[in-house]
Amino acid sequence: MTDTLAENRSDPSAPQPEHHVAPVGPRRNRYGTHLFLIVMAVLWLIPLLWTIYTSLRTKADTDKHGTFSIAHSLTLSNYTTAWSQGSFATALKNSAIIVIPTVLITLFLASLMAFAVSRFSWKFNITLLILFTAGNLLPPQVLATPVFEMYRLIHLPYTVSDSGSVLNTYWGVIAIIVAFQLGFCTFVMSNYMKALPSELTEAALVDGAGVWMMYYKIIMPLCRPALAALGTLEVIWVYNEYFWPLLLITSGDRLPVTTAINNLQGEFLNNYNLIAAGATITLIPTLIIYFALQRQFVAGLTLGGTKG
Amino acid sequence: MSDNPTSVTVAPQTSQSLAPPAKRRRRLQRLTKRDKIVLGFMVGIPVLVELVLIWLPTVASVGLSFTKWNGLALGDIKSNGVGNYSYIFQNYPPFWPAVRHNILWLLFLAVIATPLGLLIAVLLDQRIRGSRIYQTVFFVPVMLSLALVGIIWELMYSPAQGFLDSVIGLFDHSKDAGQPGAIDWLGDPNINIWAALIAATWKHVGYIMILYLAGLKGVDPALKEAAAIDGANERQIFFRVVFPAMRPINIVVVVVTIIESLRAFDIVWIFNKGTNGLELMSALVVQNLIGEGQAIGIGSALAVVLLVVSLVPIVIYLTRTFGKDKQP
Repeated sequence: MTDTLAENRSDPSAPQPEHHVAPVGPRRNRYGTHLFLIVMAVLWLIPLLWTIYTSLRTKADTDKHGTFSIAHSLTLSNYTTAWSQGSFATALKNSAIIVIPTVLITLFLASLMAFAVSRFSWKFNITLLILFTAGNLLPPQVLATPVFEMYRLIHLPYTVSDSGSVLNTYWGVIAIIVAFQLGFCTFVMSNYMKALPSELTEAALVDGAGVWMMYYKIIMPLCRPALAALGTLEVIWVYNEYFWPLLLITSGDRLPVTTAINNLQGEFLNNYNLIAAGATITLIPTLIIYFALQRQFVAGLTLGGTKG
Repeated sequence: MSDNPTSVTVAPQTSQSLAPPAKRRRRLQRLTKRDKIVLGFMVGIPVLVELVLIWLPTVASVGLSFTKWNGLALGDIKSNGVGNYSYIFQNYPPFWPAVRHNILWLLFLAVIATPLGLLIAVLLDQRIRGSRIYQTVFFVPVMLSLALVGIIWELMYSPAQGFLDSVIGLFDHSKDAGQPGAIDWLGDPNINIWAALIAATWKHVGYIMILYLAGLKGVDPALKEAAAIDGANERQIFFRVVFPAMRPINIVVVVVTIIESLRAFDIVWIFNKGTNGLELMSALVVQNLIGEGQAIGIGSALAVVLLVVSLVPIVIYLTRTFGKDKQP
């Protein structure tokens, strides 16, 4: 790269830079940049603001004054109606029932796997990591049909599952989401663990500590930052999961909130104000997590991407 | 992004070699029998989960694609040779539109959304005033599920009281929202795919932005200074020094963009279940599974087509990430 630049400099026909640019810090006026960013930011905010604005108006107000009018009365009544008619209490509870075990199990299994492949040499280390990572990248629809049929054909006693199979159970949904998220988490965790000095476990082994002690007492405490970042990311991803509950859960009162919003249109009969209120309710948990744990979330997203 | 399957669940990669020198690592022979058993469980349980729930169904999809089955008893499965494939390629009306839409989805993200995310990241990386606020604004859609993105854009596009038609109504009252002349953005099969693409872009740009912001911070400032001293202008510095230096992130972004466009499902399913101008491969698979009249063989053949196409970026990504390790 420097060669090319050096050639450019010695070649009189090459375009000469108009002026020397200092590598850091603003030197030119940035009105153009600001204008562009402001326009883009406004465009990006419109859908959110429109949703919130619609949710605060009544259908009567919109019908009377037109959609684009200034609201003559703002109200929270859409929220109370949407909350009860859309059974949001149940849907949010279902989300919690799915999200909490999924994230805990995923992080636990991924940390076990990452520990084993990052601290010890196995013949099939790379093969297994490839298998995990590739599995994580597949479109879920590729395996949707066999998963659905497999769940349908596994018979469970009716005391365990009222459908008599794995279909329509929380555990069925949890299992498949865990399997899908496992690849990503293992990959990130194993990269993180590899960066820890090998002397840590060497010393422990000399002292006669077993493998489990190494994992539990030495490696895991050092992985807290990675677990926090990954955990935050996974909570939001699993909360946002739409497809698997849509496919595997048949009774509406068991749907988590992200999948249940699909039914809002039908239930609220094109009352857009109610739909907007429902959408805003769904949005709130995500925003709370985001603003509370913003740094963790961004760290999680870029965890594997910035290293090395 | 499983966006979920939305979310985007693509593993950001690292350029760092995954296998540290072997001598630094513990040999298994030095472990006690008990330790070996513990390790066996540590690897065995996650591998079992992955094999039974991901890879066994994937292989089963391939198997089922050569059969005819109504999805009831296992005994009803009958061999159908390549019949499902010739049917979807020749006689299944939504197949080619779905292929076109998936390609369009990829092109739109690759040509518009991804470069836009890169541009915004580059602008925000210049220590601009209010950078944090801009980042938050572009990032909020990344947090939302694709399903919610679909609902939010439905409110934007609705001909009854949507934002877009209301804006148009300011200029032409006959096309105002609620008027019979209002444009039905999601109902018109000629334009609804573009409406869906804009909704997808709304989320995709922020994700690309955040990946590149991290990538730009990782570029050694000395490289930029050296290029500036050599007389390179800002544009040259970016395209010849900074962008090539972000190669690991660039690969992640390419893979994210391809995989996202193959996984696209939630938004069109929210809009109209992937019909009438919004056909996508993933939606066709699901229509054949839970729609009326289950056609498992046909759905599986569609899934296999999707699998084969997906394997291209997956293999490229894996060879880039793990390929080096095989060399000594």
